[in-house]
Amino acid sequence: MATTTAAAQAAHEHELLETTVDELKHLFTPRVATGETVLLNMGPQHPSTHGVLRLMVELDGEIVVTAIPDIGYLHTGIEKNMEAKTFLKALVMTDRLDYLNAVGNNLVYCLAIEKLVEVDVPPRAQALRVILSELQRIASHLVWLGTHAADIASQSVLFYCFREREKIMAIHELISGARMMTSYFRPGGVWRDVPAGFEEAVRDFLAYLPAKLDDYETLLSNNPIWLDRTQGVGVIDGPTALAWGLTGPSLRGSGVNFDLRKSQPYSGYEQYDFNVPLAYNGDVYDRYAVRMQEFRESLKIVDQALRKLPKGPVITSNRKVAPPPRSELGHSMEAVIHHFKLWTEGFNAPKGEVYVAVESPRGELGVFLAGNGGPRPHRVHWRTPSFVNLQPLNLMSANHYVADVVGIIGSIDIVLGDVDR
Amino acid sequence: MTHTSDSVAALQTRFGEAIVRVEEFRGETTVVVARDALVDVLRFLKETPALGFSFLANLTAFDDWPDEPRFNVVYQLRELTHPTNLRLKVLVPGDDPLLPTVTGLHLNANWHERELWDMFGIKFTDHPDLRRILMPEDWQGHPLRKDYPLGYEEVQFTFNFDEINKKKPYATE
Repeated sequence: MATTTAAAQAAHEHELLETTVDELKHLFTPRVATGETVLLNMGPQHPSTHGVLRLMVELDGEIVVTAIPDIGYLHTGIEKNMEAKTFLKALVMTDRLDYLNAVGNNLVYCLAIEKLVEVDVPPRAQALRVILSELQRIASHLVWLGTHAADIASQSVLFYCFREREKIMAIHELISGARMMTSYFRPGGVWRDVPAGFEEAVRDFLAYLPAKLDDYETLLSNNPIWLDRTQGVGVIDGPTALAWGLTGPSLRGSGVNFDLRKSQPYSGYEQYDFNVPLAYNGDVYDRYAVRMQEFRESLKIVDQALRKLPKGPVITSNRKVAPPPRSELGHSMEAVIHHFKLWTEGFNAPKGEVYVAVESPRGELGVFLAGNGGPRPHRVHWRTPSFVNLQPLNLMSANHYVADVVGIIGSIDIVLGDVDR
Repeated sequence: MTHTSDSVAALQTRFGEAIVRVEEFRGETTVVVARDALVDVLRFLKETPALGFSFLANLTAFDDWPDEPRFNVVYQLRELTHPTNLRLKVLVPGDDPLLPTVTGLHLNANWHERELWDMFGIKFTDHPDLRRILMPEDWQGHPLRKDYPLGYEEVQFTFNFDEINKKKPYATE
């Protein structure tokens, strides 16, 4: 009986929820009904929406009146899936959220676990985490720059950026065997120490990139077409950006000095000397200018971290969280038991909740992690910067040409895996 | 006295009974607030200059089913000048999953609240646009509830097509 009532209730709810075009009327101006303005569907399969973003755009001629994002086309239920896996097994799902910032997703998830179960991370692992996070930031910004420039009719930058990104992918492959989904950070440290040739590869990249950055700026920064398409477009001022919860370069392009690496340092960011680039007009160009500066700041951080990369272990010695080294398995029964328990049952986390946030290339990437005493997360929520930063799109694109919407989407640097989770 | 403990003390003086309890865990402070006082507490935290929790960093929930009240809705607030974090928690019973919207105070709560409606079936009164956000609009049920099975789809062959079809009423329209 109980199931039939539940089914009937569900069916009733289903009826209530079916959305028709009429029910979306409140999103647009009344002029749509009279035919004075036109509704245009943009996406979800559209090359310039950076994935499967759908926009419902109300147009007055070629001018945007409202632009309503419709998201969820890439929803993969990762938060639900993670609840069914042990903390360790759920780690590989985190790479798939923001696929341009796989390392950053690993980092914030590991930091949350480390806070929840109280594990310390050795200094060498922390420095490696910083180096890889900053390289990932550069790789992510390279994809952003290439696609953003291609959107605004500068196709050549795209190919240059992907050429440079390839070098970071090679470094990822060197350390973890994977080019994108590294899963290299583990609770308590990193998977294993970096191989010989890592430092050299990073140093080569540090020497290689600055000249290329100058090239991009030659191509874009003073290019009249670029300036025309970006300056004064998609303006959002500082207080409004804060009210909408904007973070990352999109916020700093509006002149608000807020960076989690400075305000709540994690993984030893307080040891490194770097600036937080700011720009003040809050338009597409200023968001571009901030990210171009961030390339150089990231290089500075990687350089410093590499110089004082400490020696020592790369993962915690707490055997409840980290597996014993392979060499111990041959002669220590205790190591075998730990190994077996860890890969079958996992480790238990206490009942309680933590929230940890890091500065991802897009802004504040936060994890809300709740434990329930068992080996699986009770709840993992991803506060993803793309999801939050996309909300004011309507505000930013109003009264611009429909072609500028593409530039504005590019300037807030969304990744749909990050929006839809 | 830190800014967090000052703020908690200020809340307790101002709202008394409406502050149900204060939890400390791993250096994070969570204030459990009565449902009726939620909007007032958030406004007080935002608009009192000495407190200044004006940034809603995150808004989410988790489900404690079968315990009651089952839903825990969590507001992660931040004070930006000397970054301080404070978390508010509201307990919502499963038979009456209703909360006032905070979109009037924090604009970015809009999509977060839509997500909570979508994933947990928590309704927000006076929300300007309470539609599903991640799931398709004709989806049934609320996936992140603990009594919603993770599930998987069985592969259908000709010999068991009808049998499996019977078990998945939502797959065929």
